[in-house]
Amino acid sequence: MAVEPTGASRRDLIKITASAAGLLLAFRVAPKAEAAERAGAVALNAYVRVGPDGIVTITSKNPEIGQGIKTALPMIIAEELDVAWENVRIQQADNDPKAYGRQLAGGSSSIPGNWDDLRRVGAVARAMLVQAAALAWNCPPGECATDAGYVIHAATGRRQGYGPLSVQCAAIAAPDPRTVALKDPKAYRIVGRGTPQYDTARIVTGAPLFGIDIRLPGMLYATFQKAPVYGARVAKADLDAAMKVKGVRKAFVMDTDAVGKLAGVQAISDLGWAAPLNGVAVVGDSWWAARKGRDRLNTQWMEHPTGKQGTEAYDARALSLSAGPPQKLLKSEGDVEAALKGAAKTVEAAYAYPFLSHAPLEPQNTTAHFHDGKLEIWSPTQTPEMGAQLCAKVLGIKPEDITLHMTRAGGGFGRRLQNDYMVQAAWIAREAGVPVKLLWTREDDMAFDYYRPAGFHFFKGGVDSAGAVVAWQNHFVTFGDGEKAAGSAAMGANEFPARFVPNYRLGQSMQPLGAPTGPMRAPGSNAIAFAVQSFIDELADAAGADPLAFRLKLLGDAGTVGEGNDAYNAARMRGVLELVRDKSGWANRGKLPKGTGMGVAFHYSHKGYFAEVVKASVGKDGAVKVDKVWVAGDVGRQIVNPLGAVNQVQGAALDGISQARFLKITLKDGQAVQRNFQDYPLMRMADSAPVEVHFNMTDYPPTGLGEPALPPVIPALCNAIFAACGKRIRRLPIEEPLLRA
Amino acid sequence: MAFKLKVNGKAMSADVDPDTPLLWTLRDTLGIVGPKYGCGVGQCGACTVHIDGQPVRSCLLPVSAVGQAAITTIEGIGADPVGRKVQAAWTELDVAQCGYCQPGQILAATALLKAKAKPTDADIDAAMTNICRCATYIRIRAAIKLASGQPQTA
Repeated sequence: MAVEPTGASRRDLIKITASAAGLLLAFRVAPKAEAAERAGAVALNAYVRVGPDGIVTITSKNPEIGQGIKTALPMIIAEELDVAWENVRIQQADNDPKAYGRQLAGGSSSIPGNWDDLRRVGAVARAMLVQAAALAWNCPPGECATDAGYVIHAATGRRQGYGPLSVQCAAIAAPDPRTVALKDPKAYRIVGRGTPQYDTARIVTGAPLFGIDIRLPGMLYATFQKAPVYGARVAKADLDAAMKVKGVRKAFVMDTDAVGKLAGVQAISDLGWAAPLNGVAVVGDSWWAARKGRDRLNTQWMEHPTGKQGTEAYDARALSLSAGPPQKLLKSEGDVEAALKGAAKTVEAAYAYPFLSHAPLEPQNTTAHFHDGKLEIWSPTQTPEMGAQLCAKVLGIKPEDITLHMTRAGGGFGRRLQNDYMVQAAWIAREAGVPVKLLWTREDDMAFDYYRPAGFHFFKGGVDSAGAVVAWQNHFVTFGDGEKAAGSAAMGANEFPARFVPNYRLGQSMQPLGAPTGPMRAPGSNAIAFAVQSFIDELADAAGADPLAFRLKLLGDAGTVGEGNDAYNAARMRGVLELVRDKSGWANRGKLPKGTGMGVAFHYSHKGYFAEVVKASVGKDGAVKVDKVWVAGDVGRQIVNPLGAVNQVQGAALDGISQARFLKITLKDGQAVQRNFQDYPLMRMADSAPVEVHFNMTDYPPTGLGEPALPPVIPALCNAIFAACGKRIRRLPIEEPLLRA
Repeated sequence: MAFKLKVNGKAMSADVDPDTPLLWTLRDTLGIVGPKYGCGVGQCGACTVHIDGQPVRSCLLPVSAVGQAAITTIEGIGADPVGRKVQAAWTELDVAQCGYCQPGQILAATALLKAKAKPTDADIDAAMTNICRCATYIRIRAAIKLASGQPQTA
């Protein structure tokens, strides 16, 4: 693909397909010069601005939700640019896909999706600075080197800082990013070095960073009351009563169908059950006033077909579906019936897990200002581009009339992939005519989540006399309508142990659901790993085998099976399984005191291979204590920021334990029963445990760490509980009274 | 009505209804946004401030109940030598992930260290009841040990 030479116009758009992954790397040579905060700074491209003093401002393109990407992505650029990290300043990008391509916090995709491109962004800027020096010194660029913010010419001993050189880059054409020279990783000085988050100083001093902290002149505060039953519309609300509360400025009913007609779209059907615009908005001088107004609304809601749904009925329906044949066969290999008949031992078990709420600690919020047909938004979102598109569609304005600033997000976990709160804020701001900050209550957040879907697995399996798995059948009962699974409620046909068991069948049945669901940290995997890796443990037990050796045998001696997105590298999985065996002292687990056990599990997701061991104790009263977790992960050849990486993995492991032990959302009479943290008791300090993290470095491209460490810890814990007390956890969350001796 | 408050050593005045929680008085009226809203029911501790040195969940405390007590928020805790040490430990170990709960965690940890200079693990478990949704508990514990001059166990 052609690279347009610059020079004549520094504002020409350079577009090239740069990376091996074929991702579009698109950046303007200097679109942000006018936005430079530092006087005299020169923009070398959309990511890199150099000040006369050599201070380099690097733009971080993706949303920061606690995964540390605001630090990690600029580290990659800074490495190839060859600048001292202490001279780097980081600026969060606005939503600007033309300049930055895909801007997303999801799927642990930021590192694998940007590793190659951003190295080239840094290298291109470095090459321009070298070229500028070579021109000034009248020497070939090949004779010049760089050293932490300086170009040097060894032969003559000349040395010049990036600051002065950047001024001369206006006349320098950017080299072709596809062929620009990249550093030898052995020479890395920033990538691979534990680096504190750029925002740490502001976090520990309470400086404004988050969406909830935005304050604009003349800003009002909004709260939005939705129907407790998903999708229901307002029948009537006492707006006058709300208006009588001191400080309330405006109260009005919003309705999806009316909004749909206004916006010229059909009932906003793609917004589904969330029906984000059905409700009553109250706007006031303070959020407290708006909330008090909301409490006076006495809103009546129309009846809605989802008003009778409940977890109990869903559980019963799943059980009855399991008794019949699967509605759909996702995969079938060999002859499962014959293999079960011929097996030395067979096991049958039913597994279930609940709906979960993401519960990021910062409740959903967005500040919006609609004026002169244009919309400006400040939002903690994981998908800014989709959010802007949604707002454009619903408000009937052009996406280019929306400016969206990404704030730091107080957690994401997948909840902020949805932009229901953003479009509410945009709508309310248009009605209000002044800047408005919409903030949900915690109760709103828990009641109107896109939940991790509940699910059910009905297994049959068989092992032969040599301890090999010869048959595996899974009837997966999930939620959906017709052919379409509910959000994040589908299971891939090749989910492990497909392709590792000769006689294998995965069937699926669905029942319709009247509540929104969606991705939660390691979607699919966070539930499936529990069921699959627990049932593998049951088969190991039936075979009388060491659960870890049994798993190694199941993985066999295969290398990579499958291709593309379905590829599964058994060698990498064996690598982490062996590593966690060695680091955890697995071989000595027989010496553990009575009531203490170790469990193991592994899972592949988001391109990462993870095996984990949990040591846990179960008291006579059934009380569970997690003593320690060992994690072995393989995310390729390079950890970009080891300090952040360990934090992510430890947090993921404890997050998994928190879910497994404490959390569920129950639906009753069409609504979530749990309202706040007293009945959705996230883990606290007293239940945390040490998590020892090891990485197996392999020669594969670097991949992400926000998610893949989570799934294995849940079955590892459940398997440890089995080892400790002989009781098998087949339904989450773990109910300690069932573990009493 | 106007309430006279002492926040981070400064006299301030806030014209709010008496039932307004201190959290919203600080955040929306006085523009002190370090204390965070997480649950509104005293569960998560993201709104923790010190009232005369004691950790208090400001989302449940009506502004009318504060009186002349000294309010310290994350913005002012660095003026306290123990608070400054805790902030330094948080920085050195890079405790935060999203960072939203950390102002509350730092205030809770500062109060713990002022009550007990060398807390045990059991002391930490008992005193640190704030929720960290990112589950940075391992580094929070290590940072408290570091700030108190004890070896870090985890």
